Amino acid sequence: MSDPPAISVAGLRKAYGEHTVLDGVDLDVAAGSVFCLLGPNGAGKTTMVRIMTTLARADAGQVRVAGHDVAEEPDAVRAAIGVTGQFSAVDKLLTGEENLVMMGGLHRLAGAETRRRTARLLARFDLEDAARRPVATYSGGMVRRLDLAMSLIGEPRVLFLDEPTAGLDPRSRRTMWQVAGDLAAGGVTVFLTTQYLEEADELADRIALLDHGRLVAEGTPDELKRLVSGGHVSLRFPDEASLAAAVSAVGGLPADRDALTLRIPSDGSVASVKTLLGRLDEQAINVKTLSIHTPDLDDVFLALTGRAPDQAPDHGPDHGPDHTSDHGPDQEEAATP
Amino acid sequence: MTALTLTLNDSSVMLRRVLRHTTRNPATLIMSVLLPAILLLLLDFGFGGAIRIPGGDYIDYLVPGIVLMGAGYSVSATAVAVATDISEGIIDRFRTMAISRTAVLTGHVVGSLLRGLIGTALVMLIAVAVGFRPTADPLRWLGVLGLTALMLFAIAWVAAAIGLATGTPAGAAGFAGLFQILPFLSGAFVPTETMPGWLQAFTANQPMTPIASTLRALLAGESPGDTAWVAVAWCCAAALLGYLGARRAYDRRASR
Repeated sequence: MSDPPAISVAGLRKAYGEHTVLDGVDLDVAAGSVFCLLGPNGAGKTTMVRIMTTLARADAGQVRVAGHDVAEEPDAVRAAIGVTGQFSAVDKLLTGEENLVMMGGLHRLAGAETRRRTARLLARFDLEDAARRPVATYSGGMVRRLDLAMSLIGEPRVLFLDEPTAGLDPRSRRTMWQVAGDLAAGGVTVFLTTQYLEEADELADRIALLDHGRLVAEGTPDELKRLVSGGHVSLRFPDEASLAAAVSAVGGLPADRDALTLRIPSDGSVASVKTLLGRLDEQAINVKTLSIHTPDLDDVFLALTGRAPDQAPDHGPDHGPDHTSDHGPDQEEAATP
Repeated sequence: MTALTLTLNDSSVMLRRVLRHTTRNPATLIMSVLLPAILLLLLDFGFGGAIRIPGGDYIDYLVPGIVLMGAGYSVSATAVAVATDISEGIIDRFRTMAISRTAVLTGHVVGSLLRGLIGTALVMLIAVAVGFRPTADPLRWLGVLGLTALMLFAIAWVAAAIGLATGTPAGAAGFAGLFQILPFLSGAFVPTETMPGWLQAFTANQPMTPIASTLRALLAGESPGDTAWVAVAWCCAAALLGYLGARRAYDRRASR
């Protein structure tokens, strides 16, 4: 841990007019690690990335990336970073290969070196067959892979990935994860933002939770999971009467009346679930479905912010989707109205 | 590498990109030739008989106006291209790279200039095919080339500024459309003396009029006189304002 951090942020503030987007953020990212900034839409994740990548200026605070201050030495920062944003910044009229060669030219690589790296990246991202087709003919996943390949041609020391898998098919998502893992193994620092807890859990060495422009928690995935004491059992009822009866049977826990579900804290053991169901059975309460939920980052988010993570901040806590322990980004997306 | 060679390197990469766009999407170039060519034929054959220009054929009067039309079209194409780069996010990518700050704009401007010169040459060839007979000597041809290039350069910087300021292709196209009207409100198609006095106050003093008169005089083998300097001054002023405006809009987008 004696190396200086690859990214250090202290007292970062940013407001657009009256609207405060970042309200005093501090964080350090160790060189060669994968750091994940997790938060719902509108939490300020993209604004943070824009400031760290020199696209926007902070109102207050200090941000150093790869040893340089982003406000004072933006070009030194730019020379050390690669950025893949939420919206693919590729040239759709050029072919995939031409996009990469253009990036090589802008990194002032020699022609032979550009060609070598282009060929390697096309192979790595499974784009060899499409290399000479205009990007306009690519699928969404291919565009995103090309976008990442373009960020890598300059061999950055710090890579920023702003929601790199939003809207991607599972296969492309796996490729992204693989690449992010490989890069970190090769000593590149990866700063990743996501709304997907599964993604943060899978990739990150450390996770920070951003909510309303503040970090509400930071730690390893395991540390964060330890913040919540246990999981819960989620019960779904066929009608409101059953739900109301169940609420009184288990002692007045808040229920989600729209979704007709009730969450009951539980360690997920067979014995405890049996006891619970027995109690409902005694009172002849009809349960439609049951899911057991072991603690994961969803719970951390819920515990720390009072909301499920895939909700917009202005939604109340009572409209969350069902939580099951094996949910993935697909379900997350499907559950978002 | 020195700062200058770096700038040249980055700008030439960006220029190659813009030229590829033109060859990939030739509609832009075709339209910039086709529209002026149609107007040329329409005005010359359709209305030409009714328009009397003292001391010459109408087509000889008309050609500089048609060249300006093509330039007006080029404003639109360039402004839309710059705005598209912004809306698609690729300018953001360039801005996270350690490259010369305005290289992407320089690429668009030089690309626009080259496209405009090719378009102008094609329009002139079509004009010659339908009866245009320029009588300029080599020196005056050089003057025609120089002024046309200067005007296209100036107009390209104005277009870049419009593209950056509007930020959306539709907005840029709308705003740039004004430049397609300007030649009609000048001495490019008919002498300003034939217009009502209140309109003359504008048409006689806007930049398109001295540019058209200068090109016309040069093409006819005459001496444009002081009008040439007025035309050059307008072009330099527009280029400078366009450049400063484009840089300012570029920086402002960066600070948000």
